[in-house]
Amino acid sequence: MNWVEMRNLKPVPLGEIPVHSIEELRRHVIESVGAGNRLVHFFGDRTDSGVTVYAVLADDNASRLYIASSYLQDKKSFDSVTPEIPAAHLFERELYEEFGIEPAGHPWLKPLRKGIPGIDLSEDQYQFFGMKGDEVHEVGVGPIHAGVIEPGHFRFSCHGEKVYQLEIKLGFQHRGVEGLFVRNVSHPIYLEKLAESVVGDTVIGHAGGFIRAFESLAGTAVPRRAKVIRTVALELERIAVHLGDLSALSGDVAYLTGNSVFGALRTKVINTTMAICGNRFGRGLMKLGGVDFDITAGLHDQILSTIDKLEDDVALASEVLFSSASVLERFEKTGVVSRKTAAAIGMVGPAARSSGVPVDVRSDHPFGGFEFLPVHKLTLPGGDVFARAYIRFIEIQQSIKIIREQLGGLAEGKIRQTTGSLRPDSLVISLTEGWRGEIAYVLITDSEAKIRRVKIKDPSFNNWFALSLAVRGEGISDFPLCNKSFNLSYCGFDL
Amino acid sequence: MMAAAIAEIVVLISTLFFVGLIAKVKSVWAGRKGSPVLQPYYDFFKLLGKGEVISTTTSPVFKIAPSIGIAATFFALMIMPIPVFGSVIHFEGDFVLFAYLLGLSKFLMVLGALDTGSSFEGMGASREVTYSTIVETAFFIVIGSLALLTRHFSFETIFASVNLASGFSPLVKILLVVSLFIMLLAEGSRVPVDDPNTHLELTMIHEVMVLDYSGPDLAFIQYTASLKMTIISILIADLLVPPSFSLVAACALSAAIVTIVFVSVGVVESLIARSRISHIPQFLFLMTTLSLTSFAIVAFFLFGVIR
Repeated sequence: MNWVEMRNLKPVPLGEIPVHSIEELRRHVIESVGAGNRLVHFFGDRTDSGVTVYAVLADDNASRLYIASSYLQDKKSFDSVTPEIPAAHLFERELYEEFGIEPAGHPWLKPLRKGIPGIDLSEDQYQFFGMKGDEVHEVGVGPIHAGVIEPGHFRFSCHGEKVYQLEIKLGFQHRGVEGLFVRNVSHPIYLEKLAESVVGDTVIGHAGGFIRAFESLAGTAVPRRAKVIRTVALELERIAVHLGDLSALSGDVAYLTGNSVFGALRTKVINTTMAICGNRFGRGLMKLGGVDFDITAGLHDQILSTIDKLEDDVALASEVLFSSASVLERFEKTGVVSRKTAAAIGMVGPAARSSGVPVDVRSDHPFGGFEFLPVHKLTLPGGDVFARAYIRFIEIQQSIKIIREQLGGLAEGKIRQTTGSLRPDSLVISLTEGWRGEIAYVLITDSEAKIRRVKIKDPSFNNWFALSLAVRGEGISDFPLCNKSFNLSYCGFDL
Repeated sequence: MMAAAIAEIVVLISTLFFVGLIAKVKSVWAGRKGSPVLQPYYDFFKLLGKGEVISTTTSPVFKIAPSIGIAATFFALMIMPIPVFGSVIHFEGDFVLFAYLLGLSKFLMVLGALDTGSSFEGMGASREVTYSTIVETAFFIVIGSLALLTRHFSFETIFASVNLASGFSPLVKILLVVSLFIMLLAEGSRVPVDDPNTHLELTMIHEVMVLDYSGPDLAFIQYTASLKMTIISILIADLLVPPSFSLVAACALSAAIVTIVFVSVGVVESLIARSRISHIPQFLFLMTTLSLTSFAIVAFFLFGVIR
């Protein structure tokens, strides 16, 4: 057996996961991706004197996940899969940086976050890809930026206004989040708070991802009412951030009307989240075993009337935005990512869907409230800034419908269940569709049923490389617009 | 002459008000209360009272650029006629000096930007110079068609007689007013040419060139930018205010025209997005096209092709 078949949020005993030699694993991964599966995760787990490497693949149409592993001694090298599967490129750099196992033949083996032992992260040691020529110039932006945004360094190689190559260097705010989870496994409240803080703009998404993984290891039957409340909060988060992005995209092209109208609408949505749990970003709502705040009858009606009003307002504002010639001139055909590229580099979330790649965890690997109410996948063919903006508009409309459906199924009952003890020697994969795309948590327990390893993958990890490719051949002045159309997280990448 | 000097002092004092007016118009469109109309004055005096940080990589050029820039713009203001009042300095061909004084002010800002050695500022400088070549040419065609129409070669006499010309002049005037309005958007770094409010260095033109300035130098630069816009808006008023008007009526009409121009800038900024950098020349060539058209109309009239 090459792979063990599993599902989202269904734990498997570690003993059942096949262990191959690294050459065999490499071959299986390439075969499986060739057969149409998607690389979800490729990560290491330190054991006694070596590293167990796990590969997770997804068959999205069949809602199945496949996992296999290989054991490697320290300091070993293996043949890189990146030349065959570009989507593995960052995973292999991560393996090299964390465990020192070298993917031989990797075309872009550079530090990812904290730096590779022996190769310092400081700027003079990091070798940027350079272009030579009399008229070529380099522009470096960051890590300290003009606005209140996170740190990251962007190095452009330009000829006049045209960008030939962009290299993005991140890792400036590596906090060691995965280690913090493992060090604090005995403090559930700390774990909840930590999961909320992994990516500050995806509180419900990340907290939900971790909490569902924990609950499935503990075998907790989460009450349906809690699942509905979580799903409503997740969709409110999606609507709020998408509205904020539409506002910021308008701002980046100096379109005042869009900037102010969408910004004002966002406030109404985050205030609704505040009405539920007392925090505009949903902090304090998600708990192990359920949620901490109920949606009362009054609140139920308040949410419904807010989203009814919102639906009209968003439709009107979007009609104005997407029919403005000066805005369309900036959005259309800017920063195009083709469907082929998007699939090859493993993009996820709205960015992938706007390039025509149909991936949506809510539909492919349903979790929480989506188990009873399915979601249709929305895709757009363009792959440009317009498509990435427009998909936000249609996803807002979709999320409004989802909230209505979910609130219709708000069953009576408890909102929180106590969690039992975890299953020993098990592994669980928790996939969540946050507003930015697929959030993947992998939890591994030891023989004493304690969490031994937490592996996090934020959608930003998949999508940063797409930004580099999107701006190739574009004017450098369109970079901020392309960047905002992806709106990726720095801390979600740096972890 | 004395009266013209007093009028120009009034312009010097009131120019920052109009920048505040643009911000106020935008706030109203956005449904916000917005900053006070006099905010640019508060900012100006705040900056004058501040210290400066000067990059160690710069030469004295960086330090003197804002001062020469503001001085050259003052000089240009003295050449420019104010409706009914006329100008402080005038001679045959003074508009050439006017154009190059504005050019000198810009040239020094470009030198100052390049002096910092920052890649951002170099990019901004290159954009600024590219667009200036288009705007400067078009400006000469604007003045050229007026000179051809009036047979005068000094700002003051041109504008004094432009309103006396015959029947087709309203058409020429409309074309030239639109040309000058485009020039104002370009020189004033406003939407759709530039975005004065952005924090994104890579998209800026004017703002990125002055990133390294602080304190009084920054105050001078901001003042110069607002004065340039006011100067161009007064040129529009020059075209439209008949010299036969009484002093009070001319003052009122000029003030109204300048206010309308700045409110229009605010409305344009509220309703349209900023152009893609590669498409800005197309927008600026509109100014060239309009001024060429008016030049052609005047020339055809003179040579008897149209009557």
